[in-house]
Amino acid sequence: MTTLQAEQATENLPHEPEKATLEGRNKILGFWLFLAGEAVLFGTLFATFLTLRNQVADGPSASELFSLPITAVATLILLVSSLTSVFAIQAMHRADKKSLLTWLTVTVVLGFSFLCLEIYEFYEYVVHYGYGMTTSAFSSAFYTLVGFHGAHVIFGICWISLLIGQVAKKGLTVVTAPKVYVSAMYWHFVDVVWVFVFTVVYLLGKVVG
Amino acid sequence: MDWLTTVDHKKIATLYLIAGGFFFGIGGIEALLIRVQLWKPMNTFLNAQQFNELITMHGTTMIFLGVMPIIFAIMNAVIPLQIGARDVAFPFLNSLGFWTFLFGGLLLNLSWFMGGAPDGGWTAYAPLSSTTYSTTHGVDFYTIGLQIAGLGTLIGGINFLATIITMRAPGMSFMRMPMFTWTTFVTSAMILFAFPAITVGLVLLSFDRILGANFFNVEGGGNPVLWQHIFWIFGHPEVYILILPAFGIISEVVSTFSRKRLFGYSSMVFATILIAFLGFMVWAHHMFTTGMGPVANALFAIATMLIAVPTGIKIFNWLFTMWGGQITFNTANLFAVGFIPTFVMGGVTGVMLGSAPADYQFHDTYFVVAHFHYVIVGGLVLGLFSGLHYWWPKMFGRVLNETLGKIEFWTFIIGFHLTFFLQHFLGLIGMQRRVYTYLPNQGFDMMNVLSTIGAFLMGVGVIVFLINIYITARQPAGVENDPWEDGRTLEWSIPSPPPEYNFKQLPLVRGLDAYWKEKMAGHKEMTPAEPVGPIHMPSPTIIPFVMSVGLFIAGLGFMFTTDDFGNSFLNFMFNKYIVVIIGLGITFGSMIVHSLNDDPGWHIEPEEQGGKGVEA
Repeated sequence: MTTLQAEQATENLPHEPEKATLEGRNKILGFWLFLAGEAVLFGTLFATFLTLRNQVADGPSASELFSLPITAVATLILLVSSLTSVFAIQAMHRADKKSLLTWLTVTVVLGFSFLCLEIYEFYEYVVHYGYGMTTSAFSSAFYTLVGFHGAHVIFGICWISLLIGQVAKKGLTVVTAPKVYVSAMYWHFVDVVWVFVFTVVYLLGKVVG
Repeated sequence: MDWLTTVDHKKIATLYLIAGGFFFGIGGIEALLIRVQLWKPMNTFLNAQQFNELITMHGTTMIFLGVMPIIFAIMNAVIPLQIGARDVAFPFLNSLGFWTFLFGGLLLNLSWFMGGAPDGGWTAYAPLSSTTYSTTHGVDFYTIGLQIAGLGTLIGGINFLATIITMRAPGMSFMRMPMFTWTTFVTSAMILFAFPAITVGLVLLSFDRILGANFFNVEGGGNPVLWQHIFWIFGHPEVYILILPAFGIISEVVSTFSRKRLFGYSSMVFATILIAFLGFMVWAHHMFTTGMGPVANALFAIATMLIAVPTGIKIFNWLFTMWGGQITFNTANLFAVGFIPTFVMGGVTGVMLGSAPADYQFHDTYFVVAHFHYVIVGGLVLGLFSGLHYWWPKMFGRVLNETLGKIEFWTFIIGFHLTFFLQHFLGLIGMQRRVYTYLPNQGFDMMNVLSTIGAFLMGVGVIVFLINIYITARQPAGVENDPWEDGRTLEWSIPSPPPEYNFKQLPLVRGLDAYWKEKMAGHKEMTPAEPVGPIHMPSPTIIPFVMSVGLFIAGLGFMFTTDDFGNSFLNFMFNKYIVVIIGLGITFGSMIVHSLNDDPGWHIEPEEQGGKGVEA
């Protein structure tokens, strides 16, 4: 795309392209509703975890297992990725496709780094402590809650990667903009859930015991 | 093929009706088998295992696969028309919701042919549902089948919420929405907040059974009461998810056939919202006897009884709507009027059960069975029959036969009261539920015979309804826009059945009961809010169907991961999660295909729309 064409595309793009069409507005509203349901889903998982977090049977307890430095770094990485996705949306509002793609890529890379840390953490638990799904009620609840969050991260990484390809190919339009916006909402939600995971699972487990 | 790819809400409504009706029939046959077993003491028609499977599947099928889809059928058929919309907010998701429900339901019923149905009761209480006490794959079919079907319900709920928020016709404020739209809105919100909880519950239970997790396994530190909390925080709101749409239907029908506007419209709206709110606050009244202690029991008892207040408001408003009205007693209205006292009886026993000390006596007896059948059959099913008779002409362009309809009504309602009224007394004198037979001469014998006769009368009523549908379908279609002549809401202002695009021009709404208002002003049709123009339509797509097939395959694969088939190929395919991966691959692959192809849809041009337009 030449500079001239890019300028024309920018002129044609409305200020908030994600809300320019009824389909776009519906998509955003529908996604807010979906996130409300997701909040209940994670709420139930947290309630389950809180009920069972001291039920360690013969297995290790939270304070024996967790290593706060690793999860603190993971938390930092994930929170920064939320910030970079905000930059991506701001770039979209400026109709700056290149910057949008850059920031989305940074977000994906950060998300992927987080995921690697989590896989390393699980690997350590399973291999070194022999701490698996079947060890205790605590372990079942831990892997299910943190694993559900991890699955959300994987889904988000795949989704945003796909969007990067799509925006690169089709450009920034009133069709692609709502998709980017919605994926950013999703990513923030996943980050917020992690803040609760860090507090309720790791800090409470390590510090309060 | 057309039916596999459709995204039209009216066709999806028909699909929901057929599939829901099919499962309703299966659930009904299961009920009749239960009643045959119980008609005399020490009967050997069924053994204990078969009986457990039948009661589990009867409850599960009726609630998740029978009445819920029929509610969704009516909502899909009516809601876009009532709010003056051309479609729902997400036509693609609407289709996806239907197919996931259908494949989830099929998966669940496959259990009959694959080594045994679930047998832990429809509530699947742990540890009864653990691998220790339920050794077949039955409960796996329950958890995974319901998981897939529940996904469809959740999608449907989100879709209706978005539709009602954004797609209302110009002038239709929230306080001008018809009552059925209101109850659909509130029901959908309840689905949104209740279903994710059962999603988690089912995941935990399948992890316990398939991956050896310890959520409900006491030896590993798990807690079976946790299952009950998770189940009922979903399960109690589910009761109101079922009954609120019936309340909406009754409000429409009673008002139409009394030729009066609904009495106390705004109090009806707020009562609906209040019921929904309180519905989430009372789940633990199902658990009075688990030993929660007197404080929790008292609080949940009080919260439960509070629901009688908004419900009472509704009952009196219906009575006041009829008061002084010109009442037409056709089949739809007979069902509506029959609903009111029947539901009141179910509500009264609800207050009785809500009292914790009394519940210690009623718990797990036929009194409870009688209570919830009064609510769900005497409330919801009567409401559904009323709604189906009322909207049948709008959905299919034919009015159902009145004579047959009246026969259906009387056999069904007499059969219903014969079956379940007596069960109150069976429970009070000590007959337990969930037990496959009983000893003679305890005073149960005669009432059980009558109860079985009543169940068969209800079956006759349903068969008459099917005959009615068959006979009516053979007659030529072509009823007026407003066959009842007293239609009050927007759906009656357009042809029956409606064209693909519903409204040629979106109507301008000038008050509650928009169409009635225009008729009273001497107009024949609604004032349009826009000029005639091309109408944008979504394209049909097979992807939702394929996605659901993928989930079905993945579900089956997941269930058998720990099995030894005695066949190295099958063992490899299942134990290494290959089948799961293939299934999920199909689902996510179709999602990617869908998201890469931005469907621009198509347009119906004004010259293809037929009829003359009205200047806006």
